[in-house]
Amino acid sequence: MEKVKEISGENIDKCMQCGTCSGGCPMIDVLQITPRGIMHLSALGQEQKIAKANTIWMCASCNTCAVRCPRGIDIPKVMEAMRQIFLRKNVNYIEPNQIPDEVLEDMPQIVMVSCFRKHTA
Amino acid sequence: MKIAYYPGCTLKTSAKNLNDSAVAAMAKLGVELVELDRWNCCGAVYSLADDDLLHQVAPVRDLIRVKDMGYDKVITVCSMCYNTLARANNLVRNDEEKRYTLNSFMEEETDYNGEVEVVHLLTFLKDEIGWGKLKEKVTKPLSDLKISPYYGCTLTRPRDIAIDSADNPRIMHDFLEALGAQVVNNPAGIECCGSYQILSNPDAAYSNINKIISTAINRGAEAIASSCPLCEFSLGKRQKQATEKFGDGKTLPTFYFTQLLAVALGVDDALMHFEIGHEKSRELLASKNLVGA
Ligand code: SF4
Ligand code: SF4
Repeated sequence: MEKVKEISGENIDKCMQCGTCSGGCPMIDVLQITPRGIMHLSALGQEQKIAKANTIWMCASCNTCAVRCPRGIDIPKVMEAMRQIFLRKNVNYIEPNQIPDEVLEDMPQIVMVSCFRKHTA
Repeated sequence: MKIAYYPGCTLKTSAKNLNDSAVAAMAKLGVELVELDRWNCCGAVYSLADDDLLHQVAPVRDLIRVKDMGYDKVITVCSMCYNTLARANNLVRNDEEKRYTLNSFMEEETDYNGEVEVVHLLTFLKDEIGWGKLKEKVTKPLSDLKISPYYGCTLTRPRDIAIDSADNPRIMHDFLEALGAQVVNNPAGIECCGSYQILSNPDAAYSNINKIISTAINRGAEAIASSCPLCEFSLGKRQKQATEKFGDGKTLPTFYFTQLLAVALGVDDALMHFEIGHEKSRELLASKNLVGA
């Protein structure tokens, strides 16, 4: 997981596993692994477990955890680094050409641009 | 007073209600928002990967246009553009190595060293107009309107670009009070609406949207005010799906803060484009005699 540190620029070893990030996360109900859990697994280098869970893709980059982490870790940057590791293998989380036209027609640009930036290579 | 203005893509299409109401309202306050001669999409989200400088080129290029036009400030009204431009600006200011790389990469352009200030319209109203002065300019106070501010994520997080406190913001409360409205505090008004998950994982977003809307309704709000076209799409256009799926199906109108500003300042209501927003927005204002039916 040296790659995570490199891409995010964050020192994941500083995490003290307090769970503040999970406590305030607006997506917590649907996450298969909590943000705290992701921090733990990434410090242990458990890339496969992270890959199997939906967490990094369901994170909305809302920065709630980032402003609250007592160790000053920018968790959304860690999530982005992990997304990038997978996206850079050219595996998209969503395929824009499989989204029905009527769904896309309804969406403002700001939704499409932000979503494709986060979920496609 | 003239000031440089970066509208952003969505304000030129599906959010022209945000753009037109902002421009017209500011004109009433004697401020001309001068749109940049040339601008490009800022990218909507700030790139969080340290090794991805390529995505910083777009926002930095927009800031170069501001500098080239001779302005030292640029106004944005879209929360997401504000966040992306302000964070890219701080990157240029604080990281000498990346600043050098960006400037050498964008060879043909003026060197940029962070000279421009990125200012959200709410901050401009607070600091350059002032709530007292704004209150004096109001011709149609929104006295009967119970409205709840929705801040979302990108105005107040992360800290280095926050226009107000992340946990207890006041700026939109103060703004609405200056317009004469009755402000209803919504503790869920600082929570994320689900952002871009509305496209990839709509159910996850719907659950958040339902919480934000139902808390506002339970606290007595008649409407919600926001400053982000993504939040407005989710909270406005998709609230019915969200509250039907996760709540009691009750809905309430949503507004951009600039539409309310324009109403209070007596701008011609054609420029508010209520027809493209929430279907009940005009009706609510008409019932308070703030606009024609
Ligand atoms: S809030 Fe910070 S220190 Fe606490 S578990 Fe989350 S990342 Fe670790
Ligand atoms: S940035 Fe992601 S992990 Fe952090 S609180 Fe928001 S959704 Fe949860």
